[in-house]
Amino acid sequence: MQQVNRHEPFRVRHQARGPLRRDPGDRLAGGVASGVAAWRGFNPTSVRIMFALIAVVTSGTGVMLYVAGWLLIPARDEDTSIGARARNDAKGIALAIGLSTLLTLVLLIAGVFNDGWFAGWAWPQVFSLAGLTLIWRNAPADEQASLRRLVEPLEAAAGATTNGARSAIRLTVAGLLLLTGVIFLASAHESLALLRPLGAVALVVAAIVLFLGPWWLRIARDLVVERQARIRAEERADIAAKVHDSVLQTLALIQRRADDPSKVVQLARIQERELRDWLFEGKAPGESDPTSTLATAVRQIQQDVEARYGIPVEAVTVGDCDLDDNLAALLAAAREATINAAKWSGASVISLFAEVGPAEVEVVVRDRGKGFDPAAVPADRKGLAESIHGRMARRGGTATVTSAHGEGTKVTLRMSRAAQASRA
Amino acid sequence: MTRVVLVDDHGLFRSGVRAELGHRVEVVGEAEDVRPAITLITQTRPDVVLLDVHLPGGGGQAVIEAIKPHLPDVRFLALSASDAPEDVIAVIRAGARGYVTKTISTDELADAIGRVASGDAVFSHRLAGFVLDAFAAMPGAEAGKPSFDPELDQLTAREREVLRLIAQGYTYKEIAKELYISVKTVETHVSSVLRKLQLSSRHQLTKWAAERRL
Repeated sequence: MQQVNRHEPFRVRHQARGPLRRDPGDRLAGGVASGVAAWRGFNPTSVRIMFALIAVVTSGTGVMLYVAGWLLIPARDEDTSIGARARNDAKGIALAIGLSTLLTLVLLIAGVFNDGWFAGWAWPQVFSLAGLTLIWRNAPADEQASLRRLVEPLEAAAGATTNGARSAIRLTVAGLLLLTGVIFLASAHESLALLRPLGAVALVVAAIVLFLGPWWLRIARDLVVERQARIRAEERADIAAKVHDSVLQTLALIQRRADDPSKVVQLARIQERELRDWLFEGKAPGESDPTSTLATAVRQIQQDVEARYGIPVEAVTVGDCDLDDNLAALLAAAREATINAAKWSGASVISLFAEVGPAEVEVVVRDRGKGFDPAAVPADRKGLAESIHGRMARRGGTATVTSAHGEGTKVTLRMSRAAQASRA
Repeated sequence: MTRVVLVDDHGLFRSGVRAELGHRVEVVGEAEDVRPAITLITQTRPDVVLLDVHLPGGGGQAVIEAIKPHLPDVRFLALSASDAPEDVIAVIRAGARGYVTKTISTDELADAIGRVASGDAVFSHRLAGFVLDAFAAMPGAEAGKPSFDPELDQLTAREREVLRLIAQGYTYKEIAKELYISVKTVETHVSSVLRKLQLSSRHQLTKWAAERRL
């Protein structure tokens, strides 16, 4: 998911070994577990499971530790922790103390009737409650929303009637199951039947699932929605980065070279081609072009010549086919002819036309430049003789050069096709 | 002077064209969207509408389709910066008399407008390539499927020759010289290709466009 993009100035990347920070982007409650995971380089899910196990094994002390972490570890994009801000929140502190005192009283009374068992695991929750109160009052809005999500099932239990008959039934059934389970559990030690405690545990689990199920589903759904939103945001950042790298850079270059029209045209054309490739061919800017077919190879010649010599090449391809050695030679000759035209003709535009016929492939390179007398070219001039004529002749193709002073040059290259299916 | 309406959603492009063409044609109005364009054309009745292929609210095609039945004398010259073949062919088939790219020079554009105004067709090298491609892919040779009208579904050898030269960047004048025919004959060939393009069996061309997209 976290893809490294070297053009990316937009996102801060996760560091495997940064300072310990909570991660608000990936959290179930406060993002402590994922923060620890990112800090030590672990898998967040394993860290979460560890936290949950510790919380169960230490009968709730782990929850207190988690709340402490939430309170004291700053979130990734902030420099102060919630705790630091809470120090100035006198009303919040008073509220926290009040609430914990209340809970302590309840627990004391409950403890009297339950030989301390209930109070034993619940004591750490006094501190947790105090911590959560401070977080509630001092956390940024999005973390409050996360807290609200945690508290939701309790709200649902309290306001069952307002949520309609269905959830009332659900809660009643859950309550009944819970009650039955607890009764079974309570009477288990007097009984010798082994199956009974198991059945009781199953009932309690069923009750918990009924009671908390919808809430879990909601959390899971929220997480999916959040993840989708994050993917969308990443995609947009990606597009922004691409546009930045290509279009904006070129526009900046054009502004700086505004006094040199031919350079501006060259830049604009390169950019146009790149953008077209990206929008219509799905090719990322800067990605090398796999010259697997004739049409892409012709486009490659066009791009290279335009980029190197700054002269527009108007390329038209009719039909398409896969490349073989013969056609590769044809294209090499075509490239040479195009470069010659760009270098010597003085024309303002070069036409590059390729047609894939059923029996042969024809490429025509044409310019309206100053032209030359083909007969007057010395035989030792490599460009024309070797690179074009020689290349074509060796593969059984033909090259015709028509040119005259002042009338431009036309190079026609023909190569018969090996037996292969046209992709026209 | 030729009366011209500009329809393009890029204000910058419109003002650029207006400035460049200012003294050669009479720009009687500008529109940036399909509906305003239809209203404007109906009111001003220009000779030529310079029409962007890509417009918000339906594309250039929609403008042509709305105007053609009422004002058959208004002629359309399509132009675009990003020319997916299927879009270009669609606009031509809707009734545009020609297609040029936005990178065209001012002289050539003025020339193309004049040509369209006088009832001729204007094919840029790129459109010529598209058309050759389309008709090459359209099998008169496709066995078992008799063509509705074979005349319309195939290009004559001469028409192909003219199109190939256009695709190679030849002007009409140069083509005339190369093929030892008159410029008027070249124009006739191009108009005939345009007619075939607009009238030939829709099925085949659509199929070609769909394949091109892949």
